[in-house]
Parts: sequence; structure tokens; C-alpha cells
Amino acid sequence: MTMTTAANPQAEAHIPWGRVRQGRRTADRAMKLIATGFTFAAIFVLFWILGMLLVKGIGGLSPATFTQVTPGPGSEGGGLANAIVGSFVLTFLGIAVATPIGVLAGTWLAEYGKKSKLANLIRFINDILLSAPSILIGLFVYVILVEPFRGYSGWAGGVALGIIAIPVIVRTTEDMLNLVPGPLREAGSALGAPPAVVITSVTWRAAKAGMVTGILLALARIAGETAPLIFTALNNNFWFSPTLVGGVSNLPVTIYQFASAPYENWQQLAWAGSLIITLSILILSIVARRLVAGGK
Amino acid sequence: MTAATDMTSIPSSGPVVVRKTPKATFDLVFRNASFGAALLVLLLLAGIMVSMIIGGWPAFREFGLGFITSSVWDTQNDQYGAWPAIVGTLSTALIALIIGVPLSLGIAVYLTQLAPPWFKKPVATAVELLAAVPSIIYGMWGLFVFAPLFAQYVQIPLSSIVEGMPVLGTVLYSRSPSGLGIFTAGIILAFMIVPFIASITRDMLEQIPSVLRESAYGIGATTWEVVRHVLVPQAGVSIIGAIMLGLGRALGETMAVTFVVGNANRLSSSILDPGSTIASRIANEFNEAMGLQLSSLIALGCILFFVTFVVLVIARFLVSRVERY
Repeated sequence: MTMTTAANPQAEAHIPWGRVRQGRRTADRAMKLIATGFTFAAIFVLFWILGMLLVKGIGGLSPATFTQVTPGPGSEGGGLANAIVGSFVLTFLGIAVATPIGVLAGTWLAEYGKKSKLANLIRFINDILLSAPSILIGLFVYVILVEPFRGYSGWAGGVALGIIAIPVIVRTTEDMLNLVPGPLREAGSALGAPPAVVITSVTWRAAKAGMVTGILLALARIAGETAPLIFTALNNNFWFSPTLVGGVSNLPVTIYQFASAPYENWQQLAWAGSLIITLSILILSIVARRLVAGGK
Repeated sequence: MTAATDMTSIPSSGPVVVRKTPKATFDLVFRNASFGAALLVLLLLAGIMVSMIIGGWPAFREFGLGFITSSVWDTQNDQYGAWPAIVGTLSTALIALIIGVPLSLGIAVYLTQLAPPWFKKPVATAVELLAAVPSIIYGMWGLFVFAPLFAQYVQIPLSSIVEGMPVLGTVLYSRSPSGLGIFTAGIILAFMIVPFIASITRDMLEQIPSVLRESAYGIGATTWEVVRHVLVPQAGVSIIGAIMLGLGRALGETMAVTFVVGNANRLSSSILDPGSTIASRIANEFNEAMGLQLSSLIALGCILFFVTFVVLVIARFLVSRVERY
């Protein structure tokens, strides 16, 4: 066939209509069938994974899962209490690090930097950080925070998760601020408010729902991260120190260590932990998406 | 604050008269703080690069270029080479693309052209949720559910078919059909990158003015012809950009691969045999590593950084800001 783009209306006249009709119809049907099949294959995998988690995870869920600490090698029973609490602490530490930096940087891009060369460069680098392998961020934090202080810590884990969350928040903050209509800002300025006041009390307020969504998405992104924690917070089979120095127990690394261990109660707990973490993240992302849909 | 001096070079958004009031101080502080935060984003990437080079330097100094080409990974004699891990990383990512790209494009076409309107949203959400499932869960699914099935229904029959054949007999033959290996890792990676490629491609297809589609349909083109001759040429390079973004993800994916790749230190000629990737080797050995081994692992990270950096830079140039998160 000679038709290459729709922009070239000349080419379309050359299609030999009558002769290829059957073939064209077959090709069309085959493509539709394949595209539909591929879509359902992907959805099937999602439900397969969720089904697997439900089947294998529910058996491991009991009140003890939430009240007892992770068992040592060979000991009976046990739960995930320390890992669940540790995961909460690390994730919120990460969000606490990332939110002010991400929101301010996104604000700078949308309100001050705009189309300047520096802003474009920062945007570009931020987009690269957005897809950078999380294992490299773990190694980076290991080199700057674990090695110099000679020990794993929850602080390093929180910082690593924060670095992963920053680009997500920068991106959504900027996008959401760009959706705020210019006249709103002009109205603020016309009242004599300096730019910072306009941004904090007019623009931010108008974009609040979207910015919160960005933070929730970042939360969902880092809650299940495992690789960066192996190099930073590591893990701990006991209650971690309140100073967060030394290993801090967390769900992802616990799952990693327990999943292929030879003890049956460890494997049970790994499945229970997987169910807890996946359901929390999926619910979080669905809520975040709803917020976006409602905000528009 | 050093950022304050740099601020003069940034074009301000217009003639704004600022009087010297307490609010003006807040204005200056806020402006500098947000500028500092934006610069921090730049510093982060630079920091990652520098720390990888410094951390891996002892290994690069010790082994030189041989670090990249050597296949030895011997903790007893402190000899390290990156070649098997590099090959493993590239081949798992390639297999992921070969499987994942047609899947993603099919999904994007289904979502934009074929799905009934009421069905679009739930399907799109389900595909995007595939991206939200944590990497380690893919690893568990791969190790405990997918790999046994793969060994039983693919590896064992395939091995008995290709045994003795000239080329296929080595490339597709598995000596220990456990289900774990380079190919399994590629399949799992394919499902992990599908949501990213599919949702960017869908956005690209949706941005194409519908006049183009309608005029093609108007002259009697079938849906396939509209996709093939109107939509794909229009979306063009940005689809390649989306694929490159998927590649970037596949190269650095860690936990899922660590579970299913088999973690063999030696390079096998069969894609069904266990192997290792840069990320899986770092995740596996890091906590026990010391001295030169630790430095070699960080040097592996350095190689991964530069490979993914190049891939992502190309991707971003091609896609230019469509991905949303």
C-alpha cells in the first residue's frame, strides 16, 4: 500500500478497492481480536496476582499478625507488628522529606522559572529522576548517609524514599499549578499582594486537591519500594530503636527475607505482608485517581 | 543563602512593584526557598552520578576497562567482572520489550479505538493498577506461581524438542528446568513495563486530532488501516519514546528480577538458564559485601546509571513531557 500518512490525500485513491476487500476485512478483524486479547491478558495478570495474594495471604492474617513482632529463625508464630509500624514510619518520613522540597520546586517551575532555560533543564532532569532505577537511589543514600555514619538507619531509609517521592511531587505540583487560570493570580496581584502571597493564598489554594493527589501518588509509589531500603534501613526482627538508628523493620524487606525462607511461619507472614501492602497501595492509588477525577 | 545572588538572572514574571514591608521579606524568602528546592533536583542527579563514580572508583582503578569485559566474579580471590551482569541486564530488558511492546500497543489501540465508552475507564484503571503493584509482589508471583508453570509447560517440553538441534539446541535448552532464568525475568518485566508504555501511547493517540481519523474512516478505511496508516505515523517518534521509557524501567528493575532470574554468576548460552542482572547482583550481594566487592557492586551501579541515563535522555527527548507520573 502506498498510503503513508493521512496528510497526503493523493495516495488514498490508489487503494484497489474491490480486489483486496476480503483481505482488508480479515486484517482488520485479526487486529481487533489481537488488541482485545492483549488487553484482557494484561487485566488477567492483574487479577491473577490479586487472586494469588488473597488465596495465600488471608490464611496468614490473624490478630497476632498485627500485635506480635516478626519471629526469629525457627521460632513459632509471630506477627508483623514491628514491620508494619516501621513501614509507616519510613514512608511518612519519606513523604515528610519530599513534600516541602517537591512542592516548592514544582512551584518554582510553574510560577517563577516558567519557560526559562534553567527551568526547562530542571524539568528535564526531574523527568529523568522520575524514571531512575530506585536501586541507584538506594546506593546513593548508602554512599552519603550509611557509609559515613557507619550503620544502617531509619533516617537513611526515609531519605531514600523521599528522594524517590520528590520528582513525583514536583511533577504533579507543577502540572496542577499550571491548570490554575492566570486571571486568578492577576486578581491577587491587583489587590497589591506580592507574588509569594498570591502563590500561597491564591494559587496553592486553587490547586489544593491536585497537589494532595500528587502527594498520595508519591505515597503509593514509595510504600512498596524494597530495593532502596536494603541498602539503607535494612531490616530488624525486633522493635526498632525510637531514634531510628540501626536497622528499622519494614514490610517490603521482611517479605523479601521471609518469602523464600525454609520456615513455614515465615512464608505465611510474607504472604500476609504482601496482601496487606498491595491492598493498601491499590486502595491508595484508586483514592488518588478519584480525587483527580473529582477535582477536574 | 547563595541562591539569592543567582536570582537576578531569572526573568521575573512581569513588572511587580514590591514595597519594603514584612510581606516583602516573606516574598524574598519564599522565592529563594522555592528556587533552592528546584536547584536541589539538579543536585540530586549530579549527586547520584558523583557518588556512583566515587564509590565504584576502587574497582575501576583495580580492574580498568577489564571490569566491563571480564566474566569472572570470584569473591575468594577478589576478582570481579561485570560482563555476565551486563549481558543479563540487556537480554532481560530486550525480552521484556519484545513481549511488552506489542502488548502495550494492542492495549493502547483497544483503549482508544475499540473499547465501548462505558468500559474504557475500568480497563484503563486496571492497566494502570498493574503499575501500582509493588515490584516485590511481581517477584513473589513470578517465583511461586509463574515459574513452576513455566517450567512444566514450556521449559521441559521445549528442551526435549530442541535437544540436539544446531543453534536452538543451545539457546533454548535448559539444563535445570526450574522455571527460573533470564527468559522468565524478561516475561515478568514485560508485564511490569506494559502499563507505562500503554498509558503514554494511549495519551499520544488521544492527542491526534480526530479530523484525521474521521477523514480516513470517511474514505472507507478499516480500523486497522486507520491505526496503521494514520495514527501510528502521526504518533511516530513519541511511541518510540514511550518504548524507551519502558526500557529504562526494565533495565533498572530490581526486586522482581532478583526473585526470578536465578542469580547465577556465570554466563549461560541459553536464555532459559539462570543468569543475573546488574540490579539483581547488587541486591543479592550488597549486605555481605566488603572492600573491593562492595566497590565493584557500586561500580556495577555506576554502569547501570550511565546506561539508563542515556536511554532515559533519549526517551524524554522523544516523548517530551507526556508521561504524567
